[in-house]
Amino acid sequence: MKQIWVISKRELQSFFDSLTAYIMLIAFLGFSGLFTWLYGSDIFFVKQASLQAFFGVAYWTLFFFIPALTMRQFAEENKTGTIELLLTRPVNDWQVVIGKFLATLLLIVIALAFTIPYYITVANLGNIDHGATITGYLGLILISASYVSIGIFTSSISNNQIVGFLLALAIGILFHFLFSFLAQGAGGIFSDVLYYLSISTHFESISRGVIDSKDIIFFFSIIFIGLVSTEAVLQKNRS
Amino acid sequence: MDIVVENLTKIYGTQRAVDNISFRVNTGEVLGFLGPNGAGKTTTMKAITTYLYPNEGDVKVGEFSILKQPEEIKKRIGYLPESNPLYQEMPIIDYLEFVANLQGIEKSRIRERILEMVKLCGLEGEKHKKIAELSKGYKQRVGLAQALIHDPEVLILDEPTSGLDPNQIVEIRELIKNIGREKTVILSSHILAEVEATCDRILIINKGKIVADGTAESLRKHAQGKEIVKVGVDVEGQDVSTDDIFAKLQSIQTVEMVDIVHREENTFDVQSKEGASSLKAIFRMCVSNGWTLTELSPVETKLEDVFRELTIK
Repeated sequence: MKQIWVISKRELQSFFDSLTAYIMLIAFLGFSGLFTWLYGSDIFFVKQASLQAFFGVAYWTLFFFIPALTMRQFAEENKTGTIELLLTRPVNDWQVVIGKFLATLLLIVIALAFTIPYYITVANLGNIDHGATITGYLGLILISASYVSIGIFTSSISNNQIVGFLLALAIGILFHFLFSFLAQGAGGIFSDVLYYLSISTHFESISRGVIDSKDIIFFFSIIFIGLVSTEAVLQKNRS
Repeated sequence: MDIVVENLTKIYGTQRAVDNISFRVNTGEVLGFLGPNGAGKTTTMKAITTYLYPNEGDVKVGEFSILKQPEEIKKRIGYLPESNPLYQEMPIIDYLEFVANLQGIEKSRIRERILEMVKLCGLEGEKHKKIAELSKGYKQRVGLAQALIHDPEVLILDEPTSGLDPNQIVEIRELIKNIGREKTVILSSHILAEVEATCDRILIINKGKIVADGTAESLRKHAQGKEIVKVGVDVEGQDVSTDDIFAKLQSIQTVEMVDIVHREENTFDVQSKEGASSLKAIFRMCVSNGWTLTELSPVETKLEDVFRELTIK
């Protein structure tokens, strides 16, 4: 546990040292702020005391930002060879993978924490559905964790950050909207399977305030598969 | 802590990078790992550090096996990889602190250890810089500092002086020699003089196999086999030609072959027969003829020649 934290801390530090963290925070808050308060179907346009508008924007911005955060996590270490020094320390592959995963997730949680003033403001404007808002945040964290896990995996398979980024985006697109798009055209059981694989299906139900075990299982499966695959790649590179 | 490599084999595709090699390094010994590029030095070292999984065989560091107790080995080993990979964006002190934490050094001792390493590796003037801002020589020192910070019992150094200037090379060699007194050290190089200067024992590896193992001295002797001496003779004004001296040398029983090096100076290379020495006979021959010996020195085979002979096949 201590080793995981040592690795996470360094990763988080490197996000801030390289300015990535600041750019991500500013861009995320800028986008979500703009579309929540000022432009498009914002809160004043919808005239409801709800953070649905914010969740909709965050859903898309995180989809783009997370691959940009995760792309260097293993690719850079593979390229410079620091991975070799890291794995010959008294840590195992799992501690490294989870340490990196948690660092990125923590940065996202920090970004989301900065939007709590939105929540407080809207709560003062009218009767907000507290339950749905909290589960909305929970949904964003689960989606983020899924994308971080996918991004870390794609970063591990090569030593090129761009490959990691594009591949994470490509896999993300499948879950983000391609599956649900295809589901509309497909029929029968095929359609049901595709709907289940679509992240948007699960996010919609969670952000409405419904926490269903099948949604939770879905997100945890993606996270688990992503992390297991990453560990498998690390093992393969050493044999 | 002894290192015992047992029947280690590592195959990349169809190539046997390391082919069934076995050797042992004892505590307090500095072993030099020599070989041409691609001979399998780095692969062997990576297997010892637990980074690479071998196809066959095992390595034991002390009582621990790389297959069964890699975590125990990792705690006791210090490793400087060939390319000296470092987190470029980190300041030196932060990096060393990160390493110290991962190596499980007690919180209270970390600061003290970092300062010791900074001092030992001569990084005092640079300690507040980021690693990316350092010259290659200083980066190499950071590489050594990270390998030494947890006071490991075993040190694996892959080409520790590559890219350094001659002054830095001497400093790093001294450092390794000092460290090597108490620890088990394996260092690889393809600079022969370096290995000769720092190592107690030399292992030459070629195409994944060990082709020689011994001290620099014994390797030279082994390659040489027969005694070769350089002989210089001053005839003290007598009317004797170089060819006469040549004939006399040739007539000594233990001499197999004589070469004239310089006619004017009367110098010769004299090779003795297998296992025999002609030194005394040459001296007596000169005395009985009333000549003076101006030179009588053994010709040593250079380590370069040994290396070439063993690895060029």
